[in-house]
Amino acid sequence: MAEERRIRVLIAKPGLDGHDRGARVLTLGLRDEGLEVIYTGLRQTPEKIVQAAIQEDVDVVGLSCLSGAHRYLFPEVVAQLKARGVEDVLVIGGGIIPKEDIPFLNEKGTSAIFGPGTSVKEIARYIKENVKGG
Amino acid sequence: MELIQKMLAGCDQSLARLITLVERDTPEIPHIMSQIYPRLGKAYFVGVTGPPGGGKSTLVDRLTALMRAKGFSVGVVACDPTSPFSGGAVLGDRIRMQQHYLDKGVFIRSMASRGSRGGLPRAALGVIKLMDAFGKDFVLVETVGVGQTELDIMEAADTTVVVLVPEAGDAIQTMKAGLLEIADILVVNKADRQGAESLVVELDQMLRMNPRQTWWKVPVLTTQAVNNIGMEELYQEIERHRQVLEQTGRLSQRRQEQRKGEFIKTIEQSIRTRLLELVTKDGRLMASLERVERGELDPYSASMEILNDKVLLQTWLCELEEQD
Repeated sequence: MAEERRIRVLIAKPGLDGHDRGARVLTLGLRDEGLEVIYTGLRQTPEKIVQAAIQEDVDVVGLSCLSGAHRYLFPEVVAQLKARGVEDVLVIGGGIIPKEDIPFLNEKGTSAIFGPGTSVKEIARYIKENVKGG
Repeated sequence: MELIQKMLAGCDQSLARLITLVERDTPEIPHIMSQIYPRLGKAYFVGVTGPPGGGKSTLVDRLTALMRAKGFSVGVVACDPTSPFSGGAVLGDRIRMQQHYLDKGVFIRSMASRGSRGGLPRAALGVIKLMDAFGKDFVLVETVGVGQTELDIMEAADTTVVVLVPEAGDAIQTMKAGLLEIADILVVNKADRQGAESLVVELDQMLRMNPRQTWWKVPVLTTQAVNNIGMEELYQEIERHRQVLEQTGRLSQRRQEQRKGEFIKTIEQSIRTRLLELVTKDGRLMASLERVERGELDPYSASMEILNDKVLLQTWLCELEEQD
């Protein structure tokens, strides 16, 4: 009999941040919401994130960025996923993201941005409602 | 299944998706396994087990680098525990394996234990087969690492490496059974720390007093995985163990036994899940369950009541047949 479907999430920090408290809190919080969370650590290139997302066959890629490079890094991850033919992964982002950048990031394929103060439950709910594919 | 053909042709995305199917215990599994079966048998399986924090992931990372340098392709299955409360899991072994992310010759997959308590997720045996079929020379399997009774790895690995740290010294007495018994190679990692040498002596003595077999003397090695010290020696011991297994015909014997175990386990598992499903629908059983829950009836007598009822068992059998 088929196992209950477990949602798999990759939490990744692209770029040169040296601080991952938020990503860690989210990793644990999502586990407590029943998700399987793969955390890859600091200073990841988009290429590495995409490769990990493919090997782990995740449903969601969560990007955290505090350095200000999100306008480059987030769309780059989405583009590289597409280039590898991965269409069924939900990409979401968080960190220090100015409000005015959100429409641009949405348009470039990061479907939701969660800033400081967002509750883990809210993110978990968003993921559960929006996960694509089977 | 197109996915299988693509995977066999070397597509890593297809491999990843097939692993997911096996993990989800989908009805396609018998088909997948029958398709890849002719391609199995090339990979050598190395299990890495031991208590948490011993450096298993780092050791797997360095061993992978070494095997890559020797020209071998490597698959890694890294397991972490599922939370018994939420069903979620944090899979963090990958953090230690970053140097291989962009290497096409390395495929790393993290797995959550999903209810299994023996150190390996139930689907792990299927996953390592997929990696074998994919063409990996070595498959390194890192167990969950939470207990002393992680014996599943025996059924998956050709060579089992047990990783300890110097601080484990005092615990050795209690660890004689179980974890230490399954070691083909013992590693004292973090060997720059105090107590490493005396632990090696202690382990050596224990093994000499209590040898498990005459054809293989379990070596005790010291490593500092993080500093890349002792890795070549570890690799050589793995190779030596492999040669001994092959020369004495024990490798095929071991794999024969693993296949047998897997066969029985698979039957057991599928009967169990199907039976449990039936049982939750069965009014009579639910009534007993409620009495047991309330404490009116003890669980043993209640189960005997059910198992001694031939008519009830017959009905279940019929229903099982109808399911097919």
